[in-house]
Amino acid sequence: MSDAAPLLSVVRVTYRYGGAATDALHDVSLVVRAGEFHAVLGPNGSGKTTLVRVALGLLAPGVGSAELAGRPVTAWRRRELARVVGVVTQREDNLFPQKVRETVLLGRYPHLSLWGAERPADRAAVTRALERCDAVGLADRWIWTLSGGEYQRVRLARALAQEPRLLVLDEPTASLDVRHEMEMFELVRALVDRHGLAVVMITHHVNLAARFADRVLLLADGRTAAQGAPAAVLSRETVERVFAWPVAIAPFDGRPQMIPLRQPKESA
Amino acid sequence: MSRWLGLIALVAVALIGAVVLGPAHIALRDLASSDIVRSLRVPRALLALLVGGSLGVAGASLQALVRNPLADPFLLGLSGGAGLGAVLAIALHVAGPWALPLAAFAGALGAMALVYRLGLVGGAELDPRVLLLAGVAVGAFTGAITTAIVSLAEAADLRNAFLWLWGGLSGASWDTVLVMVVYIPVPLIVLYATARPLDLLALGEEPATHLGADVEPLKRRVYVAASMLTAAAVAVSGVIGFVGLIVPHITRLVWGHRHRSLLPAAFLGGGALLLFADTAARVTVAPRELPVGIVTALVGVPLFAVLLRRWTGGGARG
Repeated sequence: MSDAAPLLSVVRVTYRYGGAATDALHDVSLVVRAGEFHAVLGPNGSGKTTLVRVALGLLAPGVGSAELAGRPVTAWRRRELARVVGVVTQREDNLFPQKVRETVLLGRYPHLSLWGAERPADRAAVTRALERCDAVGLADRWIWTLSGGEYQRVRLARALAQEPRLLVLDEPTASLDVRHEMEMFELVRALVDRHGLAVVMITHHVNLAARFADRVLLLADGRTAAQGAPAAVLSRETVERVFAWPVAIAPFDGRPQMIPLRQPKESA
Repeated sequence: MSRWLGLIALVAVALIGAVVLGPAHIALRDLASSDIVRSLRVPRALLALLVGGSLGVAGASLQALVRNPLADPFLLGLSGGAGLGAVLAIALHVAGPWALPLAAFAGALGAMALVYRLGLVGGAELDPRVLLLAGVAVGAFTGAITTAIVSLAEAADLRNAFLWLWGGLSGASWDTVLVMVVYIPVPLIVLYATARPLDLLALGEEPATHLGADVEPLKRRVYVAASMLTAAAVAVSGVIGFVGLIVPHITRLVWGHRHRSLLPAAFLGGGALLLFADTAARVTVAPRELPVGIVTALVGVPLFAVLLRRWTGGGARG
């Protein structure tokens, strides 16, 4: 698997926002191949979202390169790119009320011609995407009647309707309860294993990332604090340094799990 | 399908009403041979259809662009610019049948360019929120100058300018119909071609980008095309409010939010509404006539209030 050509190749990228005194991203690399699940971890403001924005061609790196399927990502037309990469952003608004099937059908946009109507193949892709996200039963619901977990499944289905090779997920389980969180991670893992998708997921769930991801990138202040298999990255020293909090690390199911410690009492 | 048939039937009824009804009573069997019908009522009805349709489409697409379902095509400062141009032409006694529309058109385009320039944040990205604010500011500024000119004008000029500002189709002729028939297909086709990416834009600019839309060119195209439609409408008929606000709303209730059906429906709906309003403006106080903008406002404002309550109180999220 690892000698296949990389799908996404971000190499030694440095990026600084206009007017900022420090680099938002400094010398960071992320190479993703088909069938790999990458988790990007790090405290707030550590550069996770900037890295993803560089990888998606929304920001052009000052130093380093970002290539998708061997071509600079900024050279892609958005429609072409959307056929290869599906993204679930942290948030979106639905300006107008919409049904689930309608919003998933929007994922077919990069495949449609300017004037043509949706073809049977497009409707089939929508149904397939809904099936994979266990959301067929939601198809005729209004978006605003969905729970947080259902809505995230629907948004994932819309990204899958694009029939991408790479999925980029920005905190897809934020504000979900345990069951919906686990369902989302299991679903993403299944997509990687069964359909060979490549996944890059930004998350704050250190423990779930450790259990589900193949590789972890730990960012701190825009720099790579550690990168590799979860067991190699999530050592007590590294995690304590990056998150500035005392932790214990204990193995579970062969993966490291982090337990944050209570702060020692200041006055007894 | 039946809703399309219903809409087309509505347009047909509105057209027939506009041709049959009027201050002069013309028997049905004399309709075809009547000069009043041929040179006044028919072109006026067609112009109402084209202007109302243009305002409906411009309103629907601008609402998607500025991501605000309560946006009106005139909110972006065009009416102020057009009003200033028209009032200047009236005050300066510029002669010629096309002087007024051309002056209004030029004023609208001037306002459009100014708002567009102000809306370009950092010289590159068109920010819809800034666009709205710039539109309000430019509208207020041109409105102040317009009022200053009107307050210094002679009584007869003043009345003309005032009536023009409230909109009316009394200047309709076959020539104005012809000009609109030649002019509006271009912006209409441009807007129809953006129907699918406009659906995406409703999710937000970043999600739309990830789904494959070229958001910056899209926003520019929609802004310019919708403004061109509004500028033409205002040039031939003055400022007719609420058509571009109410019609997209009602069509959304029936057709949903997919712009591929919404835009054509907004065209037909806008045309029908303005036909009814103009017939009412001609008939209710005959032999005199109300500015049609007053009729659309009298009907539109209460309707708008109802829609506003639905929007803020009902199931739809704002």
